[in-house]
Amino acid sequence: MVPASFEVVEKRQDTADVWTLELEADSGEPFEFEPGQFTMLAAGGAGEVPISISGAPDKPERLIHTVKAVGLATAAICAAEAGQVLSVRGPFGRPWPLDQVGGADVVIAAGGIGLPPLRPAILRLLARRERYGRLLLLYSGRSPDELLFTDELGEWSQRGLEVMVTVDSAGEEWDGHVGVVTRLVRHAKLEPGVVVMSCGPELMMRFLVAALSAQGIGSDRVYVSMERNMQCGIGRCGHCQLGPTLVCRDGPVYRWPELSRWLAIREL
Amino acid sequence: MRTIDELLTDSPTFAGLEPAQLEFIAGCARNEHVAAGTMLMREGEPAERFWLIRRGVVALELYVPGREPLVIETLEAGDVVGWSWLFPPYRWALDGRTVGDCHLITFDGVCLREKCESDHDLGFELMSRFTADVIERLQATRLQLADVHGKVSATA
Repeated sequence: MVPASFEVVEKRQDTADVWTLELEADSGEPFEFEPGQFTMLAAGGAGEVPISISGAPDKPERLIHTVKAVGLATAAICAAEAGQVLSVRGPFGRPWPLDQVGGADVVIAAGGIGLPPLRPAILRLLARRERYGRLLLLYSGRSPDELLFTDELGEWSQRGLEVMVTVDSAGEEWDGHVGVVTRLVRHAKLEPGVVVMSCGPELMMRFLVAALSAQGIGSDRVYVSMERNMQCGIGRCGHCQLGPTLVCRDGPVYRWPELSRWLAIREL
Repeated sequence: MRTIDELLTDSPTFAGLEPAQLEFIAGCARNEHVAAGTMLMREGEPAERFWLIRRGVVALELYVPGREPLVIETLEAGDVVGWSWLFPPYRWALDGRTVGDCHLITFDGVCLREKCESDHDLGFELMSRFTADVIERLQATRLQLADVHGKVSATA
């Protein structure tokens, strides 16, 4: 529960409102985590927010976060410069089930800022490429200039990850897909035994589950990373309650059937 | 070399049709190689043909005066390009441009429409399949309209 001090050692602007910050613990200790986990991150007195870890799990010497500036707390984090100290609690939460799905085809379905929480999973899958079947990334963004990690997509592809990218709209200069992620599903030619791990807007994930179902892939094959109002990070305060679960403690990664009943209740 | 009626079964829109129906439809179709940048259809012009993409990508575009065309959607292998030949007033609602070189099966929509009118079983099959395609693309468009990536919060 006690925050640790981490210094910003590198910073990169990814898009107009997304930055990646690389942090090192003042203690010098490595930051061990599992893909899909998050930290509670804060800059100065601007408030603490849950941010998924976007770095490589096999390189714990640096804690990497990719953050979109949309509010006071995230804007303060994104404004932090090298040398500034941030407070970090964590890691928290249930990770992606990478060890449990060995041998299966794995689809990573990311929408917009949903790719950073999946990046550690991608890096782990590629580091252990021989343990899995077909690996496929379905990545959707609003426009070409809002896509993340574009400099890495080619390398991932060379290492055995099929990459399909689509954007909601584009001009003539874009020669890739235009359309939503559900349209990629039809062209991906997935086998029924595939495991899907998805993070993105909740609406996108709902449509994704429906599109997968139309291709004969049951929702029990789908894992999603949920976002709610996480505050304590350890299941004490109840702010992130969703039905009977606390997202910070029991999630953020869930199998879709664990949640579908509760997501259907509009008052929750 | 596969015949057109055999090639049609690669597309979800035509897969599962009776062999005689496939042969019937193939009678209104031909294989075509189309160069990159070709305008297959233009908004407002008569819709007398449609296409099944065998290889390549076709962009559906909206012409906006004074701006570059806005790409609404891209279609690829297995997708059908063009519905307007099937519904009055039989005029294109969008522009369609090949993004790269394409292998297409080009259908004579007027020929096929006449066949549907003389063979209602075939007409019903085609209408059902095209409607399913329209519904899938309508659902995708609804998600596109929701601009979900624009409204996502920061803390994913």
